[in-house]
Amino acid sequence: MKVTVTVNGGEVAAEVADRTLLVHLLRDVAGLTATNVGCDTSSCGACTVLLDGRSVKSCTLLAAQADGRQVTTVEGLSDGSGDLHPVQQAFRAEHGLQCGFCTPGMVMASVSLLAENPSPTEDDVRSALEGNLCRCTGYHNIVRAVLAAASERRPS
Amino acid sequence: MIPAPFTYQRASSVDEALDLASQAGEDAKFLAGGHSLMPLMKLRLAVPDTLIDIGRIGELSYIRADDGHIAVGALTSHDDIARSDLLASELPLLAQAAGQIGDPQVRHCGTIGGSLAHSDPAADLPAVALALGATFVARGPSGTREIAAGDFFLSLFETVLEPGELLTEIRIPRPQAAGWSFQKFAKRGIDWAIVGVAVQGSSVALVNMGSTPIRATAVEQALAAGSGPREAAAHAAEGTSAPDDLNGPRAYREHLARVLVARALEEAGSRA
Repeated sequence: MKVTVTVNGGEVAAEVADRTLLVHLLRDVAGLTATNVGCDTSSCGACTVLLDGRSVKSCTLLAAQADGRQVTTVEGLSDGSGDLHPVQQAFRAEHGLQCGFCTPGMVMASVSLLAENPSPTEDDVRSALEGNLCRCTGYHNIVRAVLAAASERRPS
Repeated sequence: MIPAPFTYQRASSVDEALDLASQAGEDAKFLAGGHSLMPLMKLRLAVPDTLIDIGRIGELSYIRADDGHIAVGALTSHDDIARSDLLASELPLLAQAAGQIGDPQVRHCGTIGGSLAHSDPAADLPAVALALGATFVARGPSGTREIAAGDFFLSLFETVLEPGELLTEIRIPRPQAAGWSFQKFAKRGIDWAIVGVAVQGSSVALVNMGSTPIRATAVEQALAAGSGPREAAAHAAEGTSAPDDLNGPRAYREHLARVLVARALEEAGSRA
């Protein structure tokens, strides 16, 4: 079937098999390989992207379900001028990553959280990242990074 | 890991969904959020030849107060239910339970109707619907019918819905008896409940204590006879048939049910 998805502001149109998963459209057709396939069972969150602004696991959605909709991957967060998105900056500043595999999903889940709740508590952050696993167990710094990004964004 | 091949179709209205389903026949499945169905399809535990995507039927996503009941459209997402001010004030049990399903990504996609029609006894909302005495509205080739939650679930992944019949609305009587609690025990936040308990007033329903969600009738009878929470909770495992699996043997689940029912009744009592 023909799907047309707006990915990071640009149109991705392709003829794909009906069973094609969104993550494979992003990685194999659009060539956006930051979004990782981890567990493939909607447990680990490495494939998290935004669909119409809300976090979803792209390994558990069909490309067809995103047809005509807006998808944002971690590649689309910065405006292209070289500056990182505030959440990306905070992950770097707080060392919110070790091997980096879970990072794109963690960042996208965090962006979605901060859109829904701009002033989360530490508990809010930990709950919001329940669906994202870090095999390096780097959770403390990840949570710190999200809290730093939130306070950075808040007008003082 | 991708599902076995199927034909994808998208419906933009309930009428169109029913038409597509009647044309597609018995091996078609409706696709709502897909977060229960797609994992099963990847494992080849479900191999539908046609998927009818109903996820964009906007007319089935709503929460409204009608005379005598709250009506929730079948395609209302768990996230919308968890954030609803109307439900927070009228049916906090439903809002609270929906906010504990899976993780934010799952709640952005998963729907109440999908969870109920999927009929997984380890899912949270089926037991909540039982405790709330909900009625389900279904539309199919032979018209519209109402089904009591207690008559709806037949077995693992099996309900009384006929092929081509679509769950469209969940109706929950209002006002509900005062006092509620939702208790769930899982190893990680994103996991299915090993055991869960939903209490509203003196209605008690159990998650994952049999092949369907069930009412803890022995507990309810003990409460009606005047027993206190701890005394009544001692009956929590009576009439259940909990699974033995890697999360624990049946006896462990029976113990958990007694502990969680006691906590739930005490919390509900404190809120009554």
